[in-house]
Amino acid sequence: MSRITWQQATVTGIKAETSHVKTFTLRLPQFTPHLAGQHYDLRLTAEDGYQAERSYSIASPPEQTGEIELTVEIITDGEVSGYLNEGVGIGDQLEVRGPIGGYFVWAGAANAPPLLLVGGGSGVVPLMAMLRHRRGVGLRTPAALLFSVRTAEDVIYRAELEALARADSTFTLLLDYTRQAPPGWAGYQRRLDAPMLAEVVAHFGPAQPQVFACGPTGFVEAAANGLLAAGLPPELILTERFGPTTG
Amino acid sequence: MAGFFTNKGFQPKRQSSHPLPPGQYETTDFPVLTAGPTPRITLSQWEFRLEGLVAEPVKWSWAEFNQLPMQDFNPDIHCVTKWSKFDTHWRGVSVDTLLEHVRLKPEAQFVTEFSYGGYTTNVPLADLRGGRAFVGVQFEGQPLAAEHGGPARLVVPHLYFWKSAKWVQGLRFTAADEPGFWERGGYSMYGDPWKEQRYRDDDEPAASRL
Ligand SMILES: Cc1cc2nc3c(=O)[nH]c(=O)nc-3n(C[C@H](O)[C@H](O)[C@H](O)COP(=O)(O)OP(=O)(O)OC[C@H]3O[C@@H](n4cnc5c(N)ncnc54)[C@H](O)[C@@H]3O)c2cc1C
Repeated sequence: MSRITWQQATVTGIKAETSHVKTFTLRLPQFTPHLAGQHYDLRLTAEDGYQAERSYSIASPPEQTGEIELTVEIITDGEVSGYLNEGVGIGDQLEVRGPIGGYFVWAGAANAPPLLLVGGGSGVVPLMAMLRHRRGVGLRTPAALLFSVRTAEDVIYRAELEALARADSTFTLLLDYTRQAPPGWAGYQRRLDAPMLAEVVAHFGPAQPQVFACGPTGFVEAAANGLLAAGLPPELILTERFGPTTG
Repeated sequence: MAGFFTNKGFQPKRQSSHPLPPGQYETTDFPVLTAGPTPRITLSQWEFRLEGLVAEPVKWSWAEFNQLPMQDFNPDIHCVTKWSKFDTHWRGVSVDTLLEHVRLKPEAQFVTEFSYGGYTTNVPLADLRGGRAFVGVQFEGQPLAAEHGGPARLVVPHLYFWKSAKWVQGLRFTAADEPGFWERGGYSMYGDPWKEQRYRDDDEPAASRL
């Protein structure tokens, strides 16, 4: 069987991350080790043969073998995410193929430059795989996650991210609330902009970080442009855009 | 159709009045997909080159390029990330027109499209001829926006859209099919949406394509 043909995975876990984001654990008959940042394609087939395919980043790190976790934002009226939300339970089967993508990946070498992760909404998913991988292999590469969300309720993986920030002094969690910050919040509470990114980059001192930015198109566009304005060379900025142009 | 896998209760929610290649859905949006930041190229610096296996390379400045005969073309677009967009409106120069300006060496069979920002993608030369490929400079009546590859992008609508290099800077003619940026990362060497050639494993053996 070649590397990326379709296989039937079994759903072994479903976890609500927020009120409209769920993580699905899929046991794979054919597990291929992935790199943090890669994705799987998922295909749904209706009784009449109609098929819909979408891509989902792998949330689990390569160290978690035999299964993958996909974290899906439920889009109102979304064809695939809607079905995953309403129609899929433990024990059901889903067709997937992967791992796919050789570019937006963090291999985690010991001498890698510091890691700046910039995520908007479900764009945090591949970034979480990178953080989990970093923790899994015990790397202390300085890392920061700038995570832009609308409200406190929308912080996917909140408990795990906060625990990681407490346990690992080389990791910094920077939340940015664009709609409503929790009471007493002293951190960022505006849409991502160039001064904010310059400040976050400066956090690494003289070392230039490798950046992974992921989220809706408008968000990633703003992040990439802001990082260029902050003086980072384009080759250090890797981007992955999902979702519609209006983000 | 007995025996194929189905997802119990899955009902289509997206409808399209157009025939869709397998695995695609229709959008009226124009999503942006790029591996890095959007390059900004000033028109005074812009140039377009034909090079590689040609008797003499040529290059055009932006002003010269815009003197070339332009035409309108209205392709359907199919992106490997699953969206398709129908009946888009472009203006640009056909690759056939560009090829009138060079003498190709007989061994030139493939093309590497190269772009500002370092992007490359490969395509058989035959696929760029016969009115099937253009360098687009206008989209829906406006200069092509930088996010979508402006000032100029190649448009090869019968292949997945990553073969339509944004910020295109030129075409390099080669004897062998040399994988470009995404192709080196495991994507299809050819990318026929109707055969769903997304990844390298989806490619037919080269011989059966000829
Ligand atoms: C490489 C890659 C990785 C991805 N990884 C993830 C991931 O880890 N988690 C995840 O949740 N999604 C991810 N996506 C997006 C995912 O593939 C789907 O686009 C998304 O789940 C919506 O599909 P749907 O069938 O539910 O909605 P559709 O039926 O396709 O669309 C319903 C409506 O929602 C809009 N829409 C589509 N996508 C989005 C979006 N992301 N946000 C807001 N509105 C949208 C559409 O324009 C449409 O109007 C990824 C996309 C790519 C290309």
